[in-house]
Order: sequence, then structure tokens, then C-alpha cells
Amino acid sequence: MAGGSREEKLKRITESIRAFPDFPIKGILFRDICPILKDPKALAAVIDLFEEHVRQNHKDVEVIVGLDARGFLFGPLLAQRLGIGFALVRKKGKLPGPTVSVSYALEYGKAEVEIQEDAVAPGQKVLLIDDLLATGGTLNAACELMKKQQAVVIGCLVVVEMKDLNGADKLKPHTVFSLVQY
Amino acid sequence: MRKHKSFRDICPLLKDPKALAAVIDLFEEYVRENHKDVEVIVGMDARGFLFGPLLAQRLGIGFALVRKRGKLPGPTVSVAYDLDYGKAEAEIQEDAVAPGQKVLLIDDLLATGGTLNAACELMKKQQAVVIGCLVVVGCPEGADKLKPHTVFYLVEL
Repeated sequence: MAGGSREEKLKRITESIRAFPDFPIKGILFRDICPILKDPKALAAVIDLFEEHVRQNHKDVEVIVGLDARGFLFGPLLAQRLGIGFALVRKKGKLPGPTVSVSYALEYGKAEVEIQEDAVAPGQKVLLIDDLLATGGTLNAACELMKKQQAVVIGCLVVVEMKDLNGADKLKPHTVFSLVQY
Repeated sequence: MRKHKSFRDICPLLKDPKALAAVIDLFEEYVRENHKDVEVIVGMDARGFLFGPLLAQRLGIGFALVRKRGKLPGPTVSVAYDLDYGKAEAEIQEDAVAPGQKVLLIDDLLATGGTLNAACELMKKQQAVVIGCLVVVGCPEGADKLKPHTVFYLVEL
């Protein structure tokens, strides 16, 4: 574990997130986590805090499922800390072999997410992970995928949560744990 | 007639924590022996993201992202490259790498070398120094395309 108190770690993480107005479209304030990846102490802090939360609250987790693509930045690190596997939820068409998919609404149009049929097993306890929770559309679709495969979502982990957009509401009854809230 | 090699799926590597640890162990060992001077790991969207941060953490250094165009906020630099059918563009944030900074590129698979080559061009634009490329699955033909950069791969395609 990296040195420093929980408060110091959160401070380092928060200082590493930068805001870009009007990205990807006007009116959206984008929270960029790239500086966290550039700073090895900040990234270690994120994984430390996730690991601590999981060991305290989700001891029974069996696999971390990460969302394409920024969930891939954090998920494998956490999975390795916990000594468990990592599975991918991807945009449709990216995964080879038999897959299961769920479509969901975007602001303009639709999107589809997929997993490989054998990514998660029935009854398997999973934690979903992504960088940011906004409206909850993508994470909700991932929960639907887990449901289709009869896996059990025991929680969702995100670095950043946009409280105003009520993503946590959309994901009920699944719990959301976020490190930084705006 | 172009011969397409079969797709190599690395998902099972991620599902098995010992297999993933083995990949990172071997990359770490290679880097410590051959590229002690590396300053940042640069990973390709999206499967490079699965391995890059793990290696960067082992080495105590930072990780930067090369992404498909339009995904990164703020000022970016981009390079166009050919796909099998059509074109694509790869981008990095302007401040992802600094001039003179020594970088290792990482991705899951090297086939034609198109994506990694585009990433090398991006590094060149930013005056960063590519000291090598790391892939889980590679092939001699792809490695050729990336000369003079060295390519290290664990499994041959």
C-alpha cells in the first residue's frame, strides 16, 4: 500500500482530476482522469482506496468486471490486488467468439455493450468498475448483462461520481462506491 | 490475396490472476534488464490499457494513453494511419509526454504494426523518445514494420 492517510490519498487523487468544459459536447463539464494515470502515487492511492473498500465491504467478490475503455485502466490493478480475475464489458463488435449483448439509450441514439458468454458464470459475485458515473446508462447496461448471465452484481466502483446526474438512482438496488464526487 | 492470421484473444489472461501476474512479471523483468531508463509507459486504446498501468505501477512510473480520435479532452495531437479497410486516427493529449522523455509503448497484440507505428509517429511529433515496444502477442513481420524500434513479445502469433 502506498504511504499516507486516507485524506492524503484522496487529496492527491482529487488534485489529479482536471475539468474540461464543453467536452465532448457543449454543456458537459468533462472530468479527465488521465493525470491520475501519469502520477504513480495518485494511481496507487486510487487502487489502495478501492482495495480497502472491497476488503471491508465485499469480501465475497469473485471477479472484477471493467467497462470499455477507462474501466480497463483501473480494473486489472484492483483484480491483481485482490488475487481474482478481471472480465471485460466492451462496445459491440470488439469481442471474439460467442457474446451476449444489451442495448441502451444515449442522448442521441443507441449503444450496445457486450461480454463473452463465458466471461462470468451463473451465481458468480462481481464488482463492476469504471472511471466515472454520470447518468448511469453504461453501468446500468453492464448490470443488465450480468443479470442475463445470472451473475450477481454486489456493487459498482467508480473513481468519480457526478451526483447531479443521479446515476446512483438508476443503478438501484446496486450500491455505488465513488472516491470523488462533484 | 491477404492472408489473415486468426484473432488471438487475450481475455482468458485477464480472467486468470496468475496468468496476468506472469505477463507483468515477464514484462517487468525485461524492462529492468533492458530499459532501465524508461520514464513513462504509453498504452494503446483499449487493450493496451489492460496491461500498461499494471506495468507502470511495478516500475513506479506513470502511464499515458494513446486513444482513438475524439476520446481525449483538451489540446491533442493526432496521426492518421491505414486500417484493413479505411483509415483511423490516433491521438494523445499534448502534455501526455514531454520532449526528450523516454517511453515504452505497450499493446496486447502486434500484427501488421499499423497502430504501434502510428503511436511511434505521435511520440516523434511530441519529441519523446521511443526506447522500445512491448506486446503480449507479436510476430516478426510486425516487428519489421516498427524498425528501428525494438519489439519485445511473450508469445508469437
